[in-house]
This record gives sequence, C-alpha cells and structure tokens, in this order.
Amino acid sequence: MAGSGDVVKLKPHKLSARDLIRVGGVGLRNRPLRAFLSALGIGIGIAAMLAVVGISFSGRADLDRTLDQLGTNLLTVAAGKDSDGHTVSFPEPALPMIKRVGPVLSASGVTRLPDDVNVYRHEYIAKARTSGIVVYSVDNDLPSVVGATMAGGGWFNAATARYPAVVLGSSAAKRLGITTVRSNVVIQLGGRAFSIIGILNPVPLAADLDSAALIGQAAAADYLGITSGKTTIYVRSAERQVEAVREVLAATANPAQPYHVQVSRPSDALAAKLATDRAFNAVLLGLGAVALLVGGIGVANTMVISVLERRSEIGLRRSLGATRRHIRMQFLTESVLLAALGGVGGVVLGAAVTFAYALSQSWPPTVPLWAAGGGIAITVAVGALAGIYPAARAARLSPTVALAAP
Amino acid sequence: MTGDAVAELIAVSKLYPGGVAALQEVDLRIEPGELLAIVGPSGSGKSTLLNLLGTLDQPTSGEVRIAGHPVAGLSDRHLSALRADHVGFVFQQFHLAPATTALDNVADGLLYCGVGQAQRRERAARALQRVGLGHRMRHRPHELSGGEKQRVAIARAVVGEPDLLLADEPTGNLDTATGGAIVALLRELNSSGTTVVVITHDREIAEGLPRTVALRDGRVR
Repeated sequence: MAGSGDVVKLKPHKLSARDLIRVGGVGLRNRPLRAFLSALGIGIGIAAMLAVVGISFSGRADLDRTLDQLGTNLLTVAAGKDSDGHTVSFPEPALPMIKRVGPVLSASGVTRLPDDVNVYRHEYIAKARTSGIVVYSVDNDLPSVVGATMAGGGWFNAATARYPAVVLGSSAAKRLGITTVRSNVVIQLGGRAFSIIGILNPVPLAADLDSAALIGQAAAADYLGITSGKTTIYVRSAERQVEAVREVLAATANPAQPYHVQVSRPSDALAAKLATDRAFNAVLLGLGAVALLVGGIGVANTMVISVLERRSEIGLRRSLGATRRHIRMQFLTESVLLAALGGVGGVVLGAAVTFAYALSQSWPPTVPLWAAGGGIAITVAVGALAGIYPAARAARLSPTVALAAP
Repeated sequence: MTGDAVAELIAVSKLYPGGVAALQEVDLRIEPGELLAIVGPSGSGKSTLLNLLGTLDQPTSGEVRIAGHPVAGLSDRHLSALRADHVGFVFQQFHLAPATTALDNVADGLLYCGVGQAQRRERAARALQRVGLGHRMRHRPHELSGGEKQRVAIARAVVGEPDLLLADEPTGNLDTATGGAIVALLRELNSSGTTVVVITHDREIAEGLPRTVALRDGRVR
C-alpha cells in the first residue's frame, strides 16, 4: 500500500545556477531585437550616470595633475583699492619685507600701469579702439615665482628689461593677432613702439597675466615715466606654512593700510571652480536616474509581455516537472540578465564617452571602478525589481491553463 | 487493490466553477506495460482526464494515484517532482522550443530531474536515436517536418524513462500516413516496456490499440 514512505521518495529537484542562467537566457536568445531595445533604456541611464561621474573625476584628476605641477603654495597679494576706488600701490619696502618673512621661498611683484597706457597693434588704429590689454611692469624673476612658461621667444634679461621690449600674455597675443615671435615686430604701447620678444603660455595660477602686456621695470620708468610701487605681489612659501604666511602678508605688505590688501590662494580658486560644477553634475545624475527608472519600467513591460506570449512554454515546463519556483526563478533571471546586459553596455558606453570627452579636453581619462561596478549592481537590482511581478504572474499560471494557451 | 498500477482513479469527479461536471465518478486502472486509448468526442472530458493523470490538475472528489503516490495533498513541489520523474507528455502542438536544436529540446526533458547538462545531452542523443532521428540532432524545429517534430517531442517525453507516457492527440496535427507512423512508434515504445496512454477523438486509431476507454459526457462507458 502506498503510504507516506512513497511520498518521501518524491524528491523535488533543484536547478543548478548554470542551468538557471541558461534557461533565463532562452527568451533573450529567441527575441534578440526586443532584448536589445529593452536593455537599451537601462544602458542609456547607466551610461549617462557613469559619464557624469567619469567626466567629473577626469576633470578632478586633471586639476590634481595641474596643481601638482603648479604647486599649491602660491599666494597672491593685491594692493586693492582705496575708498575712492583708486588702485593703491604697495609702499616701496613691501617686496623686500615679504621676502624677509621666514617661510617665504620667493616673491615677485608686478605694477599695473595706469589705464591710460593702452596697447595697439599699430599706430594707425583709432585711439578709442583699445585692445583691452592691461600693461604691467614686472621683475625679471616673475616666471619662476608664478610658474609661467614661454610659448615663443624669451623672457626679459637684464638688458632687455631696460629696452622698449614687451612680453605678451597668451590671450593678449591672440587679441593682437600675433602668433609667433619674429624680430622687428612692434606694437604701440603707451604711445611708442615696443618690440615683442616673447609670448607666454597661459598661467593658471596668475590668470591676470594672460591678457596683459609685460614690460621691464626700468623700461616703464625710462620710456613711460612711471615709477609707482607694486600693485600685486606673488609669494611662494613653504608648503606647510602657507596659511601662517597668509596671515601676516597684509600687514607686512602695507603696514599703514592692511585692510585694503587682498590675499588669495589661486589654487583654491581653481578647486572652487570645479566645485561649482557639482550642482550641474547632480542635475545630470538625476536625469540618468530617471532614464534608469524608465528603463526599468521598460524591462518590466517587456517581461509582462514575454510571460503572456510564452504561456504554452510555461505549461510545457510545468509538464516537464518545473515547480512554480523554477518558473519564477527563470523569469526573474531573465529580467536580471536583460537589465545587466543593459548595465554592461551602459558602462562600456559611459566609459567611452568619458574617454572621448577627457581626451578632447586633454584630461587624464578616469572612470572610477566603484562607479562602474556600482552601475552594474544597480542594474541587477533594477532587473530583479522589474522582474518580481512578471515572474510571480508566470509562476501563478496554472499548468492546464498555460497548456491550453495557443 | 495491489498498488501495482501505474495510474489509478477511484470514483474521481471533476467539477468546474459554474457546476459543469467534466468527469463524474470515473474509475480507471492502468497496469504497467499497457497501451490504451482514451477516446471520446470533444467535451467528453478527455482533456480533464489527461490533466488528472498527468497531475496537472486535482480532482474535486475521489482518489488519484500515479506511480503509487496518492496525488491528493501533495505540494506543488512534490507534484512537480512526480511529473518530472514518472510522467511524460506528448502534445498535439509539439511545444518545441524555437531556435533550439532537437538535441537540446530533448535534453530539456531532463532539465527538472536533477541531471547535469552533459548527461542530459548524452541521454537525449540516445532517445533521439530511439525515435529514429539520430541524423537530425542539430536541426532546429523549423527545419523539421511535422512528423519529425512529433518524434522529437516523443523523445523528450521518454528521455526520463517515465512510468506513464501521456499522448494528447499526438496525430492531431499530422496527415494520416505520418500519424500512422507516430502510432507505430508509440507501439514500439510500449513493446519495450513503456506504459502509453493515447488520448484521441479518432476512433480508428483507438480501435487499433489493445484497450480502449470510451468517454462520453464525463463518464466511462
């Protein structure tokens, strides 16, 4: 007589993980275009999010690299303006006093010449059409302090600093239409000819110099009769003492009116500029999340349709001995595979966008591993979530109803 | 009652919601090694009987035993295991997976039996040879004729060596000659020991088999 002993002999079988993935892939293999299109939504979401993170990190990596080269120990001391709005200049001893501060490694000053000293490409240009180029008289050691390099020509030496010679900042040169340094090229500066001896590369830590024309201290005195004091002093100090030096600079540079003095750390400004991009990044990340959500709904929709269409397959599998759980796991796996497919594609696409953008900006392309891994993990979660309802529907289907389906 | 029967129905009734009685007080005993036809016009309760024999459905009253296991009160998992290990199905519509080779379609017959893939394929190859399709293993369903498709489906049903092979209108989608060949194949399988139940509305086929159970209006006549 058949009793409970026989029932024990009925041992429900398990599907191995390999078989589960194989079975879960059946639907994707049978309808590759549909799988591709529904994975695409997820992929675009992940690609957008990864590209935002990747581009932001690449920009950060570029800044780090730039700061590594430029150093973060440069301070800029500006004389500021008085209460009438006139630019004041530092008293004569300001620069030597600053150089005497213990942790200061080097310092160099520039004098901003009055606004009526204008620059023209040649003397036939109407006086009103100034080029908007500011003129500074400079010390010879300026490039080493601010980290300026030459794009062409050379910097002042002891001799050329006394001659009517000019070095152009990078954008000033562009504005004047001068791309290379050749002998006998002159511009009009303060009403007389100055020959161009050099053009600077952009100076990230002293961006004011980019749109400036620089002449020697002695030339300013000899040819333009201007001998006023420094208006900006650039200070390099020992890395660890930068903040301490910063505290004493105002009083050291202008003991009489320290409150006019503005001290800033240009490397901070560069970092802050990057930080302002974060709000924008948050918006893009949000858009990516919305795309991901819509993609997830697309996957759920595809799975619901798939379950409806494959009722007879479900019936067959039930007749072959699949349990409800087997059916549920099959469709859940299919949903996860579908979403993960989109995730992997999205990560590849996002990384490609990051690389393309970073290379176009000459940034070091950086795709954080946690972002790529996290992106795929998110898609797996989205796929599992999207698959819950369709899988439950498939599992609930009675075998007889499923088999009767066309 | 010996308990030896492959399938045993005792006073089985099946009522559908709305009071339609698909089966009424049916007694049926199928011995190992039998080949029988269940025959009747549409609406006679054939399909319901097939579903009960295949444990795809439960009776409203009465007792069903398949391979010695009383079906009443079994969980979904145990019922599924019963189907996996003891029952094979052949359908009128073949139900083959598209874009899947004949070999893998047959191997899927063992998917839920706890058998590894290598062994599934090996046994599937043997089952295909047994139904005379040893040369069609790598073909996909759309490359096969109707008769060949049904042979693949039969191979899938017997690959697990079930105690009971249920064939639901196995010749319904085939022409007479091909259908005859399928019946011959079922006879052949039966002569090597498989218990075969053919559900059909075709009296001619039914009368060619050793035993015929005629159904009408939910009762065995």
